[in-house]
Amino acid sequence: MEALTIEGTAKTPNVKFEADNGLIEIKGRSIPENSIEFYKPLVDWLEEYGKTPAALTKVNIQLEYFNTSSSKCILDVFKKLEAIYKTKNEVIINWYYEEDDEDMLEAGEDYESIIRVPFKMVEIVD
Amino acid sequence: MGFNFDDYFNKLHNGEVLLAYKGSISAEWINSVLENVESKLDSVNEDPRIKKKMYNVLVEGLQNLFHHVDDLPEEMIEKYNAKFGVLVIKKTDDHYTVSLGNFITSDKTNYLKDKIDKINSLTQDELKDMYKFILNHQKLSAKGGGGLGLIDMARKTGNKLEYNFYELNNTYSFFNLDVKIN
Repeated sequence: MEALTIEGTAKTPNVKFEADNGLIEIKGRSIPENSIEFYKPLVDWLEEYGKTPAALTKVNIQLEYFNTSSSKCILDVFKKLEAIYKTKNEVIINWYYEEDDEDMLEAGEDYESIIRVPFKMVEIVD
Repeated sequence: MGFNFDDYFNKLHNGEVLLAYKGSISAEWINSVLENVESKLDSVNEDPRIKKKMYNVLVEGLQNLFHHVDDLPEEMIEKYNAKFGVLVIKKTDDHYTVSLGNFITSDKTNYLKDKIDKINSLTQDELKDMYKFILNHQKLSAKGGGGLGLIDMARKTGNKLEYNFYELNNTYSFFNLDVKIN
């Protein structure tokens, strides 16, 4: 399956999805006016990937900031990952947040309480 | 009697005004406001926490405007603009106030009033629960709106949302939202 790579912009994050080694990465700022448009290819890719996932899917989410519109789409991404986890495949979600960024830590914990996949909160120290 | 836009707009200018805008709300304009305000706050070495709250309120507030500005009838477009909205950011004493304004059809005023009153009545923990509930149970609109912007502004600033509705005519009202940042 082909990798999905999207360069980040001022309003959208970097995306690197690699099926071969089960690496899922979203990094940067996510504040598009229309988040569905941006996230649909990501959710579709994961849907396809979920049919034959890697034994371990390692997910790195490192968002500096995201708007509420993105927050629902990010949940959709996590729901796809949850489906993969439910079919007895290993999934680990690393949620990165900057030192002192309590909002971002709390946002990660909000997702952790909704999604039944192991989360790891990772503080980035400069 | 009636809503006088110029009086309303002038009254928003008491204090040290960082930015005052009335006109069309576009995605490009939102980008430039975000950049502009970020650099203004940088230049006065504003507290990073204030900067973050400001950024949050602007992203959510302006995207709300972008998604919800109603199409106006032609006689109103002559005086205002299509996609007409207002943004004023000012500093008074120890806090900033972000004022956001737009015309809405009057049938929406009760819904909005109830929603904001509800948000203002909740504690931080209750706001968190409400946010999570809507996040998990409500679908995004086709435009990408999730009904979370107002809750998020109240949650992140820790302040009540102040609002006013001014009746323009039988069909339209002007909605003003003030968000305090400190």
